[in-house]
Amino acid sequence: MEKAIRRRGTRHWGQFLLHAALILWAVTTIFPFVWVLLSSFKGTTEIMSKPFALPEVLSLFNYADALERFNIPRAYMNSLILSGSVTIVVTLLATMAAYGIARYKFRYKRGVNALLIASMMFPAFSVIIPVFRIIQKLGLIDNIFGVALPQMAGNMSFAIIIMAGYIRGMSNEVEEAAFIEGCNAFQILFRVVVPIVRPAMATVAIFTFVWSYNDLFTQLFFLRNPQSWAITRLLNEFTVSQGRPNYGLMAASVVMVVAPVLVIYILLQKNIIKGMTAGAVKG
Amino acid sequence: MNSMVYKRKLPLAVFLIPAFAIMALFIYYPFIVNIINSFQKVGALGTGAVPVNDSGSMFFLDNWKFVFSDPTMRSAVLNTLKMMAVTVVFQVGIALLLALLVDNVRRGAQAYRTIYFFPIVISASALGLLFNMVFLYDTGMLNNILISLGIISKDTLIDWKSFDNAFFTMTLPVIWQYVGFYFVILATGLNNISADIYEAAAIDGATGFQRIRFITLPLLRNTIITCVTLALTGALKVFDLPWQMFPKGAPAGTTYLTGTYMYQQTFNVRNVGQGSAIAVVIVALGIAAAQITSLVLRPKDM
Repeated sequence: MEKAIRRRGTRHWGQFLLHAALILWAVTTIFPFVWVLLSSFKGTTEIMSKPFALPEVLSLFNYADALERFNIPRAYMNSLILSGSVTIVVTLLATMAAYGIARYKFRYKRGVNALLIASMMFPAFSVIIPVFRIIQKLGLIDNIFGVALPQMAGNMSFAIIIMAGYIRGMSNEVEEAAFIEGCNAFQILFRVVVPIVRPAMATVAIFTFVWSYNDLFTQLFFLRNPQSWAITRLLNEFTVSQGRPNYGLMAASVVMVVAPVLVIYILLQKNIIKGMTAGAVKG
Repeated sequence: MNSMVYKRKLPLAVFLIPAFAIMALFIYYPFIVNIINSFQKVGALGTGAVPVNDSGSMFFLDNWKFVFSDPTMRSAVLNTLKMMAVTVVFQVGIALLLALLVDNVRRGAQAYRTIYFFPIVISASALGLLFNMVFLYDTGMLNNILISLGIISKDTLIDWKSFDNAFFTMTLPVIWQYVGFYFVILATGLNNISADIYEAAAIDGATGFQRIRFITLPLLRNTIITCVTLALTGALKVFDLPWQMFPKGAPAGTTYLTGTYMYQQTFNVRNVGQGSAIAVVIVALGIAAAQITSLVLRPKDM
């Protein structure tokens, strides 16, 4: 009896230590974001003199300043058009291709699978220079769609692999029934399969959106004219174009870029975590 | 799957062609062109490649001579290899430690998962700005924390971006950002190990460390290998964070990685041929890393 009690006591201590260690890492994850949010309400002098204090007044002047210097609403709009179009095209085309790969038997299936895996291995660096020439010939430099096309290609194989895995796991009885009713392959895909695979499509869509929104490298290559800048590209200007460092403004710009993703993450985190790691484990 | 539904192959073509056409145009074709470019003379971005052979040789090897002789390229490759080593050890190491801890808590596992994963969805360029403020010399968050802990004083502030500290300062945020990713993969792997095995071991009198050493780690082997491979190839793709924090390899071009140096050669030095050759080196490093991992840590079918 006594022994059991003592054992329970050490177990409580064990749980306490476990949580203490885990919370320590959680703090390193959250603290920088809280700190930058607080700093965004402060002026540069206040950041320097009292870096950890709560802001003296909850002032939005850094945000007002950013809005004055840059066309922030247009940058958000550009981001929405860019990532929205990439998301829609990738989700639709990847679902179609995944359906074909998962359900049909064809001769070069192994080759097609190898191509999919290979394109996940190629980093953006290895294709960007020739892609620049193609985009230039298409007249899409400084155009949002000049960024959208390479991003669509870059996300496609991941999306196909996720979707094909999901479709393979479904039984095809309903598809058979629909066929006997007289549906053709397209009707089966869009009326029978798509409603069932909607959760996987949501995962792919969220992942694609966030990846496209965050990707700076492609934007640096193709967007030179400030009119065409999406919000992530605009952020890059805050460090280089200011003569005197303005840390308050810098903090505000970080918050403006992070905020939309934070909202998406809080609402949809289960889908995001599942999707990002599923691709990794299968790939 | 042998049903009548999928006998006709015409719809298959309609399903596959759009997706693969986009990939062919923006991945497969440019990948091959890039390799060819590395053997040709390419000037500014967007100009065509010129198949020069002034010397009468079949190939134009100047880009490759540059790659193998340029001291900055050598330091960029070294930095990248260092980055790969450090990310494998610390990203996967910390993630494994956290996953083992979380596997033993009774409550809150899901909350830790959500919090740890969060930095991965944040744009690396925003994180670059954020960490620039963390590492500032006179007012940065880190120096201020160290002062309030009494580790340093106002007169002995640490210059995190100096010659000696630059690599550490560049690597820390990269490690920090992706720990959560490997954590989630490893925690899922741990979840799949059946509790029966642990119970049997406990009956046999195994201590906690023995259980980890002889049950958990062997059963987790394939998952760990996946993580190591992903960390190695991931280290090659790092771009936004170093470019934001140490533009143009600052200080004095010592912090270039292969990715950032490729961008510098292509965009600022405007020698696209050399940029193409560096890009080929990046792919080669990736393939070599994946091959070596699978040779050294051969996956076992349990």
